[in-house]
Amino acid sequence: MLSIRDFFIYLFIMAGVTYLIRALPLVIFKGKITNRFVQSFLYYVPYAVLGAMTFPSILFSTGNLAASIAGLITACVLAFKEKSLIIVAAFACLASFCVILICQLI
Amino acid sequence: MSGFKKGLKDGIPIALGYLSVSFTFGLQGVKGGLSWWETVLISICNVTSAGQFAGLDIMLSGGGFWIEMACAQFIINLRYALMSISLSQKADKSLSGIHRWLVGFGVTDEIFVMAMGNIGEVSRQYMYGLIALPVAGWSLGTLIGAAAGKILPEIVISALSIAIYGMFLAIIIPPAKKNKGIAMAAIFAALLSCCFKWLPILNKVSGGFSIIICTVLSAGIMAALMPVKNEEDGQC
Repeated sequence: MLSIRDFFIYLFIMAGVTYLIRALPLVIFKGKITNRFVQSFLYYVPYAVLGAMTFPSILFSTGNLAASIAGLITACVLAFKEKSLIIVAAFACLASFCVILICQLI
Repeated sequence: MSGFKKGLKDGIPIALGYLSVSFTFGLQGVKGGLSWWETVLISICNVTSAGQFAGLDIMLSGGGFWIEMACAQFIINLRYALMSISLSQKADKSLSGIHRWLVGFGVTDEIFVMAMGNIGEVSRQYMYGLIALPVAGWSLGTLIGAAAGKILPEIVISALSIAIYGMFLAIIIPPAKKNKGIAMAAIFAALLSCCFKWLPILNKVSGGFSIIICTVLSAGIMAALMPVKNEEDGQC
């Protein structure tokens, strides 16, 4: 068991590092960056981050490859139809759930 | 609609998505031996998914791994520094002084992408509105997860784990349909990320670090191939 003291040391380190990484760049970069390459780079960053975070991790997310693929396909179809975040996430879960259930019944 | 109200409205789907993801964090924390309030406190203070799950593993291996904790958080969360730099370019003059320190607390993947999706600059009121509900949802979801840990069957928990990726896809795909550069940036980063998972040597690189490399390479190559037009002429 983790002692209360050790828990708070960990919490302080975790939250402190995470916070400074987020806040310092905001505080430091005050002016507008005018370099076109840097502007373009920053424009593409969010989509590149999410692409890298989603693949291939989504395939292992449920612990059942077939269920994850079912969730992936469901999410892609609904996102392509521009459904809201919560609808896409909910139906991806539902599709995975159904496939896990089927696998267990077989 | 005022900036704050628009922010709140944009934050609703993120908050709902966070409920399900932080729910699994609450489950795992209590399952690992933390008390419910410790688990919730981690969520309130950190508001990050990957970093918290990694941090939880380190915590549960016992006291004393202080340096490991700091390094893991630094590498996994370094992507936020890139996002904060982007956001600093997107914010208008109202985001100044102390407000930059405060808004910095709430820069998450989804909040960042949502803010960047706005046309033109964003105000500090908008950012506060946008951050409020997701942070509340993240904390509340953890609490519910910690409480429900013993009740829910494993199969439901497994199915819920895909929720965050569903959200990511819902954020990427609509703009990617309209903009070839965005689509290519996301696909290229995804392919690189698969290389880091499966190719020898590359698969030795830690998860957090590989995301940074994939992001920088992909966004860098796309910025060189398809630079975006300056919104205001004569800015250069």
